[in-house]
Amino acid sequence: MTFLDYAPAPESQSVLNLRNEYGLFIGGEFRAGSGTPFASINPATEKHIATIAHANEADVDAAVAAARKAYEKTWSRLSGSDRGKYLFRIARLVQERARELAVAESLDNGKPIKESRDVDVPLVAAWFFYYAGWADKLDHVGLGAAPAPLGVAAQVIPWNFPLLMLAWKIAPALAAGNTVVLKPAETTSLTALLFAEIVQQADLPPGVVNIVTGAGDSGKPLVGHPDADIVAFTGSTPVGRAIARQTAGTRKRVILELGGKAANIVFDDAPIDQAIEGIVNGIFFNQGHVCCAGSRLLVQESVHDEVVDRLKARLSTLRLGDPLDKNTDIGAINSASQLERIRTLSDVGEAEGAERWTAPCEIPANGFWFAPTIFTNVSTSHRIAREEIFGPVLSVLTFRTPAEAIAKANNTPYGLSAGIWTDKGSRILAVADQLRAGVIWANTFNRFDPSSPFGGYKESGYGREGGRHGIAAYLRTSTSTNGATK
Amino acid sequence: MTGVEIVPTDRALALIGGEPNDANLRRYLQGIPGVDAVGLQQRAAGLGTRSIKTTSKVWALDRTIGLIDLTTLEGADTPGKVRSLVAKAVTPDPADLSCPRVAAVCVYGDMVGHAVQALGASHGDPEAGGIAVAAVATAFPSGRSSRSIKLEDTADAVAAGADEIDMVIDRGAFLAGRFGAVYDEIVAVKEACRRPDGTYAHLKVILETGELNTYDNVRRASWLAILAGGDFIKTSTGKVSPAATLPVTLLMLEVVRDWHRISGHRVGVKPAGGIRTSKDAIKYLVTVAETTGEEWLTPHLFRFGASSLLNDVLLQRQKVATGHYSGPDYVTID
Amino acid sequence: MSRLAVPKTYKLYIGGAFPRSESGRTYEVASSKGAFLANAAKASRKDARDAVVAARAAVGGWSGATAYNRGQVLYRIAELLEGRREQFVAEIVDAEGVSAGKATAQVDAAIDRWVWYAGWADKYAQVSGNANPVSGPYFNISVPEPTGVVAIVAPQDSSLLGLVSVVAPALVAGNTVVVVASERLPLSAISLSEVLATSDVPKGVVNVLTGSPAEIAPWLASHADVNGLDLTGAGDLDWVDLQVAAAETLKRVLAPQDVDQSLGRITAFTETKTVWHTKGLI
Repeated sequence: MTFLDYAPAPESQSVLNLRNEYGLFIGGEFRAGSGTPFASINPATEKHIATIAHANEADVDAAVAAARKAYEKTWSRLSGSDRGKYLFRIARLVQERARELAVAESLDNGKPIKESRDVDVPLVAAWFFYYAGWADKLDHVGLGAAPAPLGVAAQVIPWNFPLLMLAWKIAPALAAGNTVVLKPAETTSLTALLFAEIVQQADLPPGVVNIVTGAGDSGKPLVGHPDADIVAFTGSTPVGRAIARQTAGTRKRVILELGGKAANIVFDDAPIDQAIEGIVNGIFFNQGHVCCAGSRLLVQESVHDEVVDRLKARLSTLRLGDPLDKNTDIGAINSASQLERIRTLSDVGEAEGAERWTAPCEIPANGFWFAPTIFTNVSTSHRIAREEIFGPVLSVLTFRTPAEAIAKANNTPYGLSAGIWTDKGSRILAVADQLRAGVIWANTFNRFDPSSPFGGYKESGYGREGGRHGIAAYLRTSTSTNGATK
Repeated sequence: MTGVEIVPTDRALALIGGEPNDANLRRYLQGIPGVDAVGLQQRAAGLGTRSIKTTSKVWALDRTIGLIDLTTLEGADTPGKVRSLVAKAVTPDPADLSCPRVAAVCVYGDMVGHAVQALGASHGDPEAGGIAVAAVATAFPSGRSSRSIKLEDTADAVAAGADEIDMVIDRGAFLAGRFGAVYDEIVAVKEACRRPDGTYAHLKVILETGELNTYDNVRRASWLAILAGGDFIKTSTGKVSPAATLPVTLLMLEVVRDWHRISGHRVGVKPAGGIRTSKDAIKYLVTVAETTGEEWLTPHLFRFGASSLLNDVLLQRQKVATGHYSGPDYVTID
Repeated sequence: MSRLAVPKTYKLYIGGAFPRSESGRTYEVASSKGAFLANAAKASRKDARDAVVAARAAVGGWSGATAYNRGQVLYRIAELLEGRREQFVAEIVDAEGVSAGKATAQVDAAIDRWVWYAGWADKYAQVSGNANPVSGPYFNISVPEPTGVVAIVAPQDSSLLGLVSVVAPALVAGNTVVVVASERLPLSAISLSEVLATSDVPKGVVNVLTGSPAEIAPWLASHADVNGLDLTGAGDLDWVDLQVAAAETLKRVLAPQDVDQSLGRITAFTETKTVWHTKGLI
């Protein structure tokens, strides 16, 4: 064994006190679902974690009814400062239980513990702290005096950042005075259910937060529920499109955070070592299960070979394996079906003529894994340069001039994020101006903050989460009667 | 450790693209890509979160000791103090004779003879189980003296038996853009390291990164020192704050890695000053292993310039060996 | 003997030119009393397509102009409208059958609305943008940007004010526009086009189609190169289907609603872009 093999440093699971079965969280209590319960498994081992209730349409009805009742009877009548205090409580409870939440997240999702511990969970607490403070300052969100909440929010979140996406959805909705019914993704329900316990510990009025678990057949009736006033969804563009269709004509407020195919543009004067780190963080953070991942690397031709060489050397130091090991850089792919999609698209990339390179690493016998992979010689017409792979797969393309970089970066129906790497400040600002994407990272990548609006252009969705924009999305002016789409 | 060849000057000159004068060096050094401070610090912080446990920790603790330049650089140093330091270097933990020895002792030039004498048979190449004697020279720590004094300072130490010379660069000249002067001085000091038998004392070039201030400067000074023939690049004298930091050391390791990539030649790195705990030392080992590779974790290529670090590592070793926490009365003061 | 008038041929306004419909079709526009006023061009799906192409080509220039410049160009339109007040008043009296006083009030309100929106061009980003105090060494700023090409179904019951109320705010941010005018009251829209054509508004920034919104709007709603869809005047159409069509490329949609004068109308067709940049002293 060499030093670099680092002896195993697994995070203890003893902080976790999981139940065998989890029900739906409706009206402040856990109750059985009416559908057939399903198993949540650990994607790193394929072992059973817990049995999760499955919400059918009647359960969704009950959850929405509980949320409506809470909205009318309690939450909308509370003062902003009292709503804020509840959210501050939640933030503190998340901090107190941070370790437990991080372990549960890595166990259920497969992401490395260092990410759930250092990124996801701290951001969850930060999100509640940030929006807690907004609750009694709504006059200042930019909608005039005394803006009003919309009512009941139907929220559906993905499996890539389960608890963080919950925080992005619930914190601003509650601060604005709405009540929520949230459905986590079927493969990652666990932390949402632990969050329900936190809601109980915070003594939130029953029905303000309701969690229904299940697959798409639980989400569809929620999104389409006639008594939901807001639909907030984070997930794939195809599902987002279906939701946009489903909600057409309903005058519901719709907030969609969808897919992306971000360009990460590296100019020849980039701070090279930091750019390499940024590329790695851009596409291999969270196994590439990131809607804003920098999946298209656009490198200036003059530095292409150097960048690719350095990248390969760096990727060779990434450690793939047990998500609960504190030294793991690349965890498990969240599900067998996602692994299949990554494999399929990677095979397509090879078949289309791109050159595939895979980081040397040992793949565990059980679980779902995909080694960090780079495709070079990728053309803009290749499917791996256009479709969201949502995995640890980077497509490398080249450009010669800033204008070409911008044109290639924008040549996609998506528009969620982009990266720019150059030492030249004026170029950063000019390129950032011309990129059609909602979040631009200059000399950094994949940074998130509750005060910073996040969301896409074009088919990456509409509405913003985070910042003042993120709370305005859950409010209307005191005079308007319906929520415009924005 | 003797006889290491000077960096092939031709390669350096080819890289610079002409004579190593101010203009050519400025063009070359300023053409190197910049450093983004935030990204560098984040990478260093990320490396600092590695969790080194059990067998890896045991290895790391022992290796840390074997990479220490145990240092005393006080105006109040005396032959007695140096003898005491040497005794500690030879037998770091009298209660555990399996404890490895440090790589070298590092002293002022006038103490070299005393160190050599005290070491006796233990004096030698750390790669071969010996303990080397390193001397700071060139009007350490400020470097503010004439060229001739600096060279004589160096030659004196080498003549007294120093195996390694820790020189300081002329930070004033560097910050004023007089890169040629800095280069020439390193070359001249290297020449002063030459022994009558034609071998050279090992040259560590102290950049004093706390005075260079910016990461771009640290990167340029690292290249400059390597091109001029330094065998090691060293962060600090220990007399200026900040001394060694993990981001600065990472940056210097990246230069060393890049130089190796283009030249095949290995240069060492020595963070010095401010590294006081085992936990910190292990972060540096991780940074070395994941930047230049594990092969750099040898005394010829990596050193810690430290004094109090050794005792903290010894306490940790005792904890690992006995399973309970130790206390300061169970390690010796040097 | 009174002088024989010279009537105007009303055409479409696409890419700064006044073409007839490529389909060759026209439809009769009558006064409120049923008298013949003009044969307006009846735009086809191909006219709509051409208008989108023109609008797309104009996005770069218009959105890339300085906000101050856009504000001045928009203000210039108000100046030109002021000079043609009587023409618009007469058109509205004829078309809507209202009194000269009411028609004058509508024209004045439309002009004042242009002025109001023109003044927003170099301010709205300050009001709807933000500097964000993120927890880390980053410069972080959010700025609104135009969404691109906006297709609009103008209010059907107003000749000028309704049209101005939907077109002006979309232009403020730097969007370009394809607007389907009121089917019954299209003539003021073409007269407004003449104002635009002689102003400093670059060609293609505003494109005006007359004809049947029910026929044209579906092509605009489903057009993949349209970014926003303003259905303010589509209340009598099958607007839910239009919104469904717009979902295909996730267009930003404003549902049918009363017109007002608001910042929200500007920001409805903007995108918030957030830029992060590292801050490092050393």
